[in-house]
Amino acid sequence: MIERNVDLAIIGGGPAGLAAAIKAKELGIGNVLILERDNQLGGILPQCIHSGFGLHYFGKDLTGPEFAERLINRVNELGIEAKLNTMVIELNNDKTIIAVNPTDGLLKIKPKAVILAMGCRERSRSAIQLPGTRPAGIFTAGTAQRLINIEGYLPGKEVVILGSGDVGLIMARRFTLEGAKVKAVAEIMPYPGGLPRNVVQCLEDFGIPLYLSHTVIDIKGKNRVESVTIAKVDKNFKPIPGTEKEIKCDTLVLSVGLIPENELSKGAGVEIDPRTGGAFVDENLQTNIQGIFACGNVLVVYDLVDYVVESAEIAAQGAKEYLENGKLPESKIKVEHDKTIRFVVPHYVSGQKDVIFVMRVSEPMENVKLMIEELGIKITQPHVVPSEMIRLKLSRKLISKAKDKITFRIVKG
Amino acid sequence: MEKTYTCIICPTGCKITVTFDENHNIISIKGNRCPHGKEYVQQEVTNPTRILATTVRIKNGILPLVPVKTEKPIPKRLLIDAMNVLAKVEVNAPVKIGDVIVENILNTGVNVIATRSIPKK
Repeated sequence: MIERNVDLAIIGGGPAGLAAAIKAKELGIGNVLILERDNQLGGILPQCIHSGFGLHYFGKDLTGPEFAERLINRVNELGIEAKLNTMVIELNNDKTIIAVNPTDGLLKIKPKAVILAMGCRERSRSAIQLPGTRPAGIFTAGTAQRLINIEGYLPGKEVVILGSGDVGLIMARRFTLEGAKVKAVAEIMPYPGGLPRNVVQCLEDFGIPLYLSHTVIDIKGKNRVESVTIAKVDKNFKPIPGTEKEIKCDTLVLSVGLIPENELSKGAGVEIDPRTGGAFVDENLQTNIQGIFACGNVLVVYDLVDYVVESAEIAAQGAKEYLENGKLPESKIKVEHDKTIRFVVPHYVSGQKDVIFVMRVSEPMENVKLMIEELGIKITQPHVVPSEMIRLKLSRKLISKAKDKITFRIVKG
Repeated sequence: MEKTYTCIICPTGCKITVTFDENHNIISIKGNRCPHGKEYVQQEVTNPTRILATTVRIKNGILPLVPVKTEKPIPKRLLIDAMNVLAKVEVNAPVKIGDVIVENILNTGVNVIATRSIPKK
């Protein structure tokens, strides 16, 4: 088995991994290695051919492939090594990585620090236990996107989409532009899962009906999907009898959520927050294992790639300080929240650094305030929705006022 | 005529109601909480535009498609027509990011450019 020693190993060559590698190299970390299981860098970006990326990071409205190519060019300029077709099969708590690829065979990599940047996976049919037959023609939105945008196949002509997450909305438009008929988008929640911009430009622009508080209760078809039955749900998400509507179609697309892909992290003993599906981290995005950091969608599913990149840079900065000093200052202030908020990341802070907090509210609310009592902070929020992450930067000085915890909550008025 | 728009300029998502005559001259705008909302609906009523992002076929490339976009937004009513033009386009590899794939599509004055470099197979 080939053995390699590196300063920093980055697992995943999507936007988070690339941005972490770039920042790490720019900060002077010597030996940086990216491990990527696909045959190309860029992660999911190359198939996200729509625009709307990079407004914050590059100050320009770019498409996914453009955003990726800029990062990849920078990685190449800096001479950062990336191993493609390389599947990491094991990460240990001493940071040793076992990986495999067709040219090297088995590889053992001994990094001084690791950045986890594996991204997330789509929730599938079995994860949401959809009833009905099991014909061909049921795709996750990301799979449909890859088929249409990379491989050049239109996977269906009459489409129903379940879930109104951003990828689902984007695919509603994409199917329509390619000549398919999107007959309905059904969303189990009483509000859309994706950004308002996408509801307007992907559905309303093309007159695609959005059925809120609706779910799929049956799929019919033997070899291929023949119809999908949707029904209205009550407050407890139970279908209401009499509201069923059978829609003839050949394809059902699922856009029902993303889950951080943390199998490797768990294997190493990284503790996972059930609220985010990602690691518990401190302000440097260091996990409970010293020298292992997490960033991007493997940490928490972000709204924008710009924020993914931002988190990657924080993790790279953390890795740099860790490599220099052998450890990072302890973060003793616990970050808590009440039930008006679903999660807040990071989970621990030290009060010695400025920190960018990201969080999602539990449900849409109007005319509210985001409050952190311990720091005397009250910020007016005219309108909050779960689909739009709240991002809040607090200064070291402010955070250092806290003793042992800070609590985020949303209050009325 | 009266129409309600969801403003997409910021997360607030104001519901803005516009009344206009048959020539799309705006009579009133209600529901916006800031001036950006007013600008947004004026544009939406008079001449809504969108960036079009899609793919065209490529010969001898490492992939069968090259992603493209309109360099600037084009009128929304031309999106499907532009798709029909691009459906007939096939280019040869290699293509570089930023290369013009179709000049002045549908006389809009806007070029369609490649958004990814596709090397030869």
